[in-house]
Amino acid sequence: MNDPIVSFEKVNKWFGNRFHALRDIDLQVGRGERIVICGPSGSGKSTLIRCINRLEEHQQGRLVVDGIELSDDVKAVERVRREVGMVFQQFNLFPHLTVLENLTLAPRWVARMPRDQAEERAMHQLRRVRIAEQAHKYPMQLSGGQQQRVAIARALCLTPKVLLFDEPTSALDPEMIKEVLDVLIELAGQGITMLCVTHEMGFANAVADRVIFMDQGQILEVAAPQEFFNHPKGERTRDFLSKILRN
Amino acid sequence: MDAVFEPIAARPAPLRAGLLLPWVHANLFGSWHSILATLALVGLLGWWLAGLLDWAVLHAVTAPSLDHCQAARGSGACWGAVVEKWRLTIFGRYPFDQQWRPFAATVSLLALLVASCLRPLWGRWLALSWPVVLASCFALMAGGVAGLERVPTDRWGGLPLTIMLSTLSIGLAFPFAVLVALGRRSALPAIRAVCALYVEVVRGVPLVSILFMASFMFPLLMPPGLSIDVLLRVLAGITLFAAAYLAEVVRGGLQAIPRGQIEAAAALGLGYWQTQHKIVLPQALALIVPGIMNSFISTFKDTSLITIVSLYELTGSVGLAFDSDADWRPYKIEAYLFIACIYFACCFSMSRYSLSLERHLSLARSR
Repeated sequence: MNDPIVSFEKVNKWFGNRFHALRDIDLQVGRGERIVICGPSGSGKSTLIRCINRLEEHQQGRLVVDGIELSDDVKAVERVRREVGMVFQQFNLFPHLTVLENLTLAPRWVARMPRDQAEERAMHQLRRVRIAEQAHKYPMQLSGGQQQRVAIARALCLTPKVLLFDEPTSALDPEMIKEVLDVLIELAGQGITMLCVTHEMGFANAVADRVIFMDQGQILEVAAPQEFFNHPKGERTRDFLSKILRN
Repeated sequence: MDAVFEPIAARPAPLRAGLLLPWVHANLFGSWHSILATLALVGLLGWWLAGLLDWAVLHAVTAPSLDHCQAARGSGACWGAVVEKWRLTIFGRYPFDQQWRPFAATVSLLALLVASCLRPLWGRWLALSWPVVLASCFALMAGGVAGLERVPTDRWGGLPLTIMLSTLSIGLAFPFAVLVALGRRSALPAIRAVCALYVEVVRGVPLVSILFMASFMFPLLMPPGLSIDVLLRVLAGITLFAAAYLAEVVRGGLQAIPRGQIEAAAALGLGYWQTQHKIVLPQALALIVPGIMNSFISTFKDTSLITIVSLYELTGSVGLAFDSDADWRPYKIEAYLFIACIYFACCFSMSRYSLSLERHLSLARSR
């Protein structure tokens, strides 16, 4: 692949001395590519995407994001984090700040933008996730789906090149999953690189360029969604799909 | 059968019987046992209150007259002793004709403290007035400028000393404690070790021994010719002592902040200090207001220990006023009651303020 935006080369990661969380990961993500990562719990999906903005450190191999190699160099990590946005399963909004303040925090203090410019940009992102009228409320006053949409808007405020989603709908009540997925689908059409850990196979089928299946810290299968769902190669993959597609 | 949704209009909750009499009847006179217990307790309380009223008010002597006080001895309080000795109690050994200076300094410091508690006044002007007021308090007390007579710090005393010392030590200990608490959670083992050592050592010794060291040992270790004012050394001692306790309270608050908050800040690109300043500390400190105020109050009262190094703050000056005067010495207890009221007024207002702060912060969280 020419000029991948995220490139894993033989990346290994351990938790403590024992637990080998990522094993020889090789993965190239193209610019604008949309990737869905699935697999049983504990398979290393979250760890994989959390390495991309160095919420987790890998111990072996090379991990390059937009030409910047992730290492102990703090400056490099800072530059990568400015280009990578992240949305968490538990939203992780800042409860002591209003929605607007949650969004303007990074533009003002990381990008050193003047206040009114930061707020203008924040309001733009809030309109994009259709929640502008809640700008002056506190996160706890919003429903789960609204909170997650705020979190998405917050991740967009520094106009990242890559967006990471760590099970963005897993903590939501069923009736709120759709409003978040709708926003994700809309984003997927706008050319931003996305890596999404999710069990929403319908979403994967609709927007993913490639689906990755992980188990026990390894990437077992990488395929286009059509291929992945209709002709899964490995036995593990088939087993996993049969379990989550049964209902 | 078609299920038709018929909304039930919301109704107010039933009123709880708020009447006093039925409550008293049910809870205090419900059975023979409770009637007996109620009567016994009311009788005991009445007897005790009557005795107190008799001693403190009815038979009390308010004139500063030794003869009257001696006549009332054993049956009534001698508030006259307080009237006689109040200047020495409140201002300690500060020169008598100059006592307007600590008075003015204390009033301006108290006014600033009250202003600092009022949320609408928070801002640049308040921050700027702190160094100004502190400097002018010091100039007023120490003299040597603007034609004011010089007063050495070992003659400062009484309530002004108590208030200044506790304000400064609390004000200095708080930011220091936050740094130590952050240090104990640092990623760098050396910083963690130094902060842990500091907390364990300082917490492990009594304040009295720290004050002794600050006052008597420290000068021996200094190069000859160089000396630091005793009040400054004592201030440093109390500050270090208070900060060690406070640091642990703050650390408790830091631990209550979920990891996800720090991860979200990191993912947004915020640096370590930005994360602590904007995300972690505002939430952590709001959680530990009761613990912080607990430490503040105990520091305020700990200042009374500096008597042992011959600085006479409020508690010490009671001794100063009465111990050397054989006539009035029997009435020291009244003076102690008097300063107990002053301590209580200060501590109680701190505690009420912390309650209102808590209420405000919990309101902000649940909004």
